[in-house]
Amino acid sequence: MSAPGTDLPGTADTAVAPAGGGLTLADGVRRQVDYWLVVVRRTWKGSVVSSFLSPLLYVVAMGVVLGGFIQGDPDTLEGADSYLAFVVPGLIAAHAMQTAVSETTYPVMGMIKWQKVYDSMLATPLQVHHVVAAHLGFVAVRLATTCAVYNLVMAPFGVFATWWGAVLAFLAQVLVGMCFATLVYGVSARLRSEEGFGVMFRLGVFPLFLFSGAFFPVANLGEVGAWVARLTPLWQGVSLSRMFALDHVTWWLAALNALVLVVLCVLGWFWSVSGLRRRMVS
Amino acid sequence: MTTRGGARPGPAPLGAVQAVGLLVLRNYLTYKKAWKLYLTGFLEPFLYLLSIGIGVGQLIDTFEFNGEPIPYAEFVAPAMLAASAMNGALMDSTFNVFFKLRYQKLYDQMLATPLTTADVARGEIAWGQLRGASYSAAFLLVMAGMGLVHSWWALLALPAALLIGFAFSAVCMAFTTYLTSWQDFEKITLVQLPLFLFSATFFPITALDPWARWLVEVTPLYRGVVLCRELVTGSVTSASAISVVYLLVMGVAGLLVVRRRLDRLLLP
Repeated sequence: MSAPGTDLPGTADTAVAPAGGGLTLADGVRRQVDYWLVVVRRTWKGSVVSSFLSPLLYVVAMGVVLGGFIQGDPDTLEGADSYLAFVVPGLIAAHAMQTAVSETTYPVMGMIKWQKVYDSMLATPLQVHHVVAAHLGFVAVRLATTCAVYNLVMAPFGVFATWWGAVLAFLAQVLVGMCFATLVYGVSARLRSEEGFGVMFRLGVFPLFLFSGAFFPVANLGEVGAWVARLTPLWQGVSLSRMFALDHVTWWLAALNALVLVVLCVLGWFWSVSGLRRRMVS
Repeated sequence: MTTRGGARPGPAPLGAVQAVGLLVLRNYLTYKKAWKLYLTGFLEPFLYLLSIGIGVGQLIDTFEFNGEPIPYAEFVAPAMLAASAMNGALMDSTFNVFFKLRYQKLYDQMLATPLTTADVARGEIAWGQLRGASYSAAFLLVMAGMGLVHSWWALLALPAALLIGFAFSAVCMAFTTYLTSWQDFEKITLVQLPLFLFSATFFPITALDPWARWLVEVTPLYRGVVLCRELVTGSVTSASAISVVYLLVMGVAGLLVVRRRLDRLLLP
């Protein structure tokens, strides 16, 4: 193993080794840190606009300008005293979803199918769950930085009632992002053609973005519509994020929202690992 | 040799119409496989209309347009028609063209046939327009069905949407020839999103400061939104012609640049 390209039995060894003397999850992830750092270094510039500028534009257009036409009535705005304060926590949660989805669709398929990075990773002692964990870890870091910056930029607009509420809202945003990251990763690992992503964006992500309570209270959708919206994972995140940001928390609901998201994250993790395992190791 | 594709030896070039027809047919054949993607494209403007126009609209009284108070959904709907014409054209002429140009090398292959770079430019844009027209027509029908249309002028909103699509297709395709990596697509978002959000789409332009208002008034999507809104509400004036001329000039200029750029890139 130490001398590269020696002979065939050597390569056979590496293929067999992980099954026996496998790495721990932490070790497996640690070995990929440098790889992901290089990815960050080479691509961060390309994500500045979508990560920071786009959300800011939405906030100015929808929150500030359009919000100027909307009465800040806490009864109709789920406890917010301005449309801006209402829309920002929801938009950040929705943005976390979009970031997570964009990081786990084409990039995952690319690493499986186009650049075949996973093939080369799995030719080392790394195993499928190490690879998934490191990739999702990278997404978590992206989500944390994006949401943190977004929250920090929004803070001077006076949209947060308390500092600890802002911190909890941030955690809720990362959590809902990870929920989508794990679920979509599992889908991407199984998908053969990228055409499916277009359909997923249009039938999944986009309607969620528009109807999960980010832009208007789900009560405006009517009885049935509101209940459908409340069943979506994005609404759970929007609800958590908004309750904390406005310091208008119904604790049993917050606990329920958080529980749903955590359960979905755990299911998503197994769904992702099994998806990639079936695809890469057969 | 460096400027004209048709100068190469071999079979005689096709007529422009024939060539465009061929390219449209080719796109149609490949798109048949992606019919789900095509069908779901109808949804986008409709969902914006439901979400922002009606969901957010419940929080807003009415807006004034040309002195008439109109319900928020009626204000937003024509803007969504214009914006989705832009978005569709932009997607088609950036991502798809970039992929065909840099990865699939499709245009290299086409130029090995009697097709010329001008044919490629016209053919791609014509295809985008056909696709866009079907979306716009469907959206107009939805608007009419929801009772958001009150004038026969609205029939002209379809050609108006096509004009918007043409202007954006041509300019975006020209721009795409300058891109070198997928990361560069951020630059497109950087232009698209402010246009989408601030072109008097979701709020009246009077809500902006005078300097911002002036800035918005000279951008292409604003011209398209105003044109569609004038047509759908039936308040057409001679000033509407400014928007038409603006968009026409933009499209033709884009088309000329695309042709020159494809010559430069593909016919060394």
